[in-house]
Amino acid sequence: MPNATTQSGQMAKLCAALEKYESYRKFKAYAEKILALGNDSLEKTIAIAVALCLVCAVLVSFAAVALKPLQVENKEQDMKKNILDVAGLLDEGSNIDAAFAEKIEPKIVDLATGEYVDSVNVAEYDQRKAAKDPAQSVAIPKEKDIAHIRIKAKYAKVFLVKEGGAIKSIILPINGYGLWSTLYGFLSLDADGQTVQSINFYDQSETPGLGGEVVNPKWRALWKGKKVYAETDQPSLDKGLITEADKGEPALSLIKGVVDNSKPGSQYQVDGLAGATLTSTGVTNLIRYWMSTEGFAPYLNKVRTVKGVKS
Amino acid sequence: MSAVMNDETKKVLVEPLVSNNPITLQVLGICSALAVTSQMSTSLIMALALTLVTAFSSAAISAIRNHIPSSIRIIVQMTIIASLVIVVDQILKAFAYDVSKQLSVFVGLIITNCIVMGRAEGYAMKNPPLESFMDGIGNGLGYSLILIVVAFFRETLGSGKLLGIEVFKLTKDGGWYDPNGLMLLPPSAFFIIGLIIWGVRVWKPEQAEKVEFKILPIAHGEGGHH
Repeated sequence: MPNATTQSGQMAKLCAALEKYESYRKFKAYAEKILALGNDSLEKTIAIAVALCLVCAVLVSFAAVALKPLQVENKEQDMKKNILDVAGLLDEGSNIDAAFAEKIEPKIVDLATGEYVDSVNVAEYDQRKAAKDPAQSVAIPKEKDIAHIRIKAKYAKVFLVKEGGAIKSIILPINGYGLWSTLYGFLSLDADGQTVQSINFYDQSETPGLGGEVVNPKWRALWKGKKVYAETDQPSLDKGLITEADKGEPALSLIKGVVDNSKPGSQYQVDGLAGATLTSTGVTNLIRYWMSTEGFAPYLNKVRTVKGVKS
Repeated sequence: MSAVMNDETKKVLVEPLVSNNPITLQVLGICSALAVTSQMSTSLIMALALTLVTAFSSAAISAIRNHIPSSIRIIVQMTIIASLVIVVDQILKAFAYDVSKQLSVFVGLIITNCIVMGRAEGYAMKNPPLESFMDGIGNGLGYSLILIVVAFFRETLGSGKLLGIEVFKLTKDGGWYDPNGLMLLPPSAFFIIGLIIWGVRVWKPEQAEKVEFKILPIAHGEGGHH
């Protein structure tokens, strides 16, 4: 192995060069003294522990720092891919960054007022991070916290798809607790802020094959064309009839079994996930939460270009 | 290769596959074998990660084994193993983002996998680095073998797929196969591993443990209602 010999030769040269320095000689002498000590002496125990920690710390921090740019890029790519996907613009093989920059317009929305916020840097704002920062988030009162998320960011990052200046889709970030995990996803609505285009969950740890089916394209396709807010006096799934008071409230929910599309009220219903009642309830709750006045209702009322209920 | 592959190397490489398998004989590392085997892709990455960590941690521990103070022996091993696991986790996040998302905490939990610690303490502390490295590879492969077999059954029977590619057409997609939901839940791995252990011990009866005590039949006058 000639390579190893040259390497050890270089090592020897390096050592010889280092011999010139007083501190290196001292260090070498100390290291030799320590290594010659009995394994169980106090000094050696401490010296070995310190040296090992130093080496491991350098190794771990080197890996973390060197790979950070790649990891951040992966995360961003993944997010952009999911947003394009929920907008129905994901084209396998095309450049995600270019497509995202061209078609998607991110906006920051104040959840309480529903107004756009210009004082925040849109590109850098991370809603999930903001939700963990006490200065940028608000605690949700227990009785209103149907999605079991406890805290929400004051500002939400929404995404708009425009065509010829008019809004084509409104993409809203949603999250809520399922069975094992908090599900994070996007809900894409038509410009009327009422009709669902698509939904996807990019971060969840529900049971694979049961609750984890929230990522199944076949199930996600069932959401297309469903309505979010109750419009007229029609039977709804869990209350019998939607009364005048319910009008304009979020009504969309998952039901047990398969939705009969011929029945009135079916536009507010999506098939539940078989064998995953708790995940299904979690999805219903998070939709109801984020579509209520706690979530995006104030914003949707302002942004709606097609006037419908509640305007 | 014969010069490199001496008897000891061969032994530590081949024995853990069946005759001294860490999962089926030593029953170590069961927790992650239950958790990640619902899909073949995650099992393969997990197997690779564990094999590399076991091999490199054993080699590193073996290289400094003569200088490890016995009073802090375990924590020294843990520090080395934990550092390597963090490095593996970081690499996965950078180069295999989707899989690392699915494996989530289980990569981190390699730190507490009994196989890694077991090889460090049981083999690397007493043997030279190259053999320890090979021993790590061998045990990693033994673990991988079981994971792959379990994942094969769980993914095909549970979701009709293998590595994400459809093998049985599911009834919900208009096919004939009604997937077995149990296969997607961790307990199914228990059953499969149990069946594997049974199979191996029928094939190699010397692996069966000796009976430690015998339950005696009911003695006269004991138990029972009158």
